[in-house]
Amino acid sequence: METFFFMIVAAVAILASILVITCKNPINSALSLILTFFCLATFYVMLDAPFMAAIQVIVYAGAIMVLIVFVIMLLNLRTETGRRTKHTVLIGSLVGIFSLIQLVYIFKHSSLTGSKGVLTPELIHKVGNTEIIGKALYTDFLLPFELTSILLLVAIIGAVILTKKKI
Amino acid sequence: MGYEILGLPMAYYIAMVLKVLVVFVFVLLTVAYATYAERKIIGHMQVRLGPMRTGWHGLLQPIADGVKLFFKEEIIPSQADKFAFLIAPLIALVPAFIGFAVIPFGETIEVGGYKIPLQIAAYYDTAAGKVVDVNVGVLYILALASVGVYGIVLAGWASNSKYSLLGGLRSSAQMISYELAAGLAIVSVFMLSESLSLQKIVADQANGAWYAFKQPVAFILFFICSLAEINRTPFDLPEAETELVSGFCTEYSSMKYAMFFMAEYANMVTVCAVTTTLFLGGWHGPGFLPGWVWFIAKVYFLIFTCMWIRATYPRYRYDQLMRLGWKVFLPLTLLNIVATGLFASF
Repeated sequence: METFFFMIVAAVAILASILVITCKNPINSALSLILTFFCLATFYVMLDAPFMAAIQVIVYAGAIMVLIVFVIMLLNLRTETGRRTKHTVLIGSLVGIFSLIQLVYIFKHSSLTGSKGVLTPELIHKVGNTEIIGKALYTDFLLPFELTSILLLVAIIGAVILTKKKI
Repeated sequence: MGYEILGLPMAYYIAMVLKVLVVFVFVLLTVAYATYAERKIIGHMQVRLGPMRTGWHGLLQPIADGVKLFFKEEIIPSQADKFAFLIAPLIALVPAFIGFAVIPFGETIEVGGYKIPLQIAAYYDTAAGKVVDVNVGVLYILALASVGVYGIVLAGWASNSKYSLLGGLRSSAQMISYELAAGLAIVSVFMLSESLSLQKIVADQANGAWYAFKQPVAFILFFICSLAEINRTPFDLPEAETELVSGFCTEYSSMKYAMFFMAEYANMVTVCAVTTTLFLGGWHGPGFLPGWVWFIAKVYFLIFTCMWIRATYPRYRYDQLMRLGWKVFLPLTLLNIVATGLFASF
């Protein structure tokens, strides 16, 4: 049952990601990308990580993609203007082939099961998914968390200064 | 019914389907009659009668409107992007309805030995002896709210009309701005409830005071920001008739227009239900009436408040709206979070 459901979602995800790169119209590409993000969110739900799923939809599908769609609309890109040249196809396929080789190598030379961590499904169900993420974020990963927030603050101030030279 | 699917009894699935059907039909009816109620209430507030001709005191008006919209000619502008034009009303409508999946609307009832919680995405865990629901319920609702923007943006873009495009752009900017403030406003609720599960939030309010009393600032900010997010008056700038004809749905007709209309009212119902759950104690009330009656009463009161606001306030200007969102509401919500943190820890 679960495998069957996984197959359906995976098929949709792959189809949508192919559509992202083949659609002539940039808006349709963006829509396909949103669909891919939704499929990823579904995978998170199936992996018992509802918090990650919700954040995936809020941040990627809800915030970042809205900005991309916004830009496409404002520039009014109707259909693809630039032709695909032989160079782009060649470089693209090279990158694809190398990534494939890398993936095959990784899967061949590493154990897929991995070592067991401290968090068991029972523990997650007892304490709660969100609570565990929150705890990890504010204890074990406090320094990276604070650094990220400083980075975001710098980005916000930078954006304000770039757009408003005279305040 | 001894069958089990994925470790849950068959009755669980039957109850689930029944709950979905009942809630969906009920929300649809509420949406239909909200349009009637809006016209009636605003009519009486402006010393008019409102619809009177179709049925007794115009009670059949929503059905007449529906039939009329259904039989109207379907027009797709010749330069429109067909796919986006067709899919936009659906993207607007679906998130507006599926938000109800996580809202608890009544106490757990017992049918034939099975305990059934009145919340669609939940089941009664007999081993643990408690209701298990989506433990990120509130985030789910925020996620859906952020997806609803696409319907309007796409409608504005795909119509290939300057009014639609401006309406769509305005609305997306407005929704993104107020989404942020609305999301931050409810953070203070999480800080008190220490959970994202709506069951837990409702239970917390039953034991103590409603969060509307503990967090009055958050309550008012959330309600106002939600009104802005779903484009209700006084923030209905995307469809300001005097400037933009009817905004993003200028080029839409027939059922596709009706879908946008339904999405707007369904969003209103969802927002009122979420506000009830987060701040007004959900389905809890004095025991002489069942929980779901209290829930419906509270939601309908909030819907009435929305209409009351529409009859009272004029529309904001666009720059005023943006200033209000970013320079007033956002700092206020942040201050509220800091104040709640200080209050909760000392």
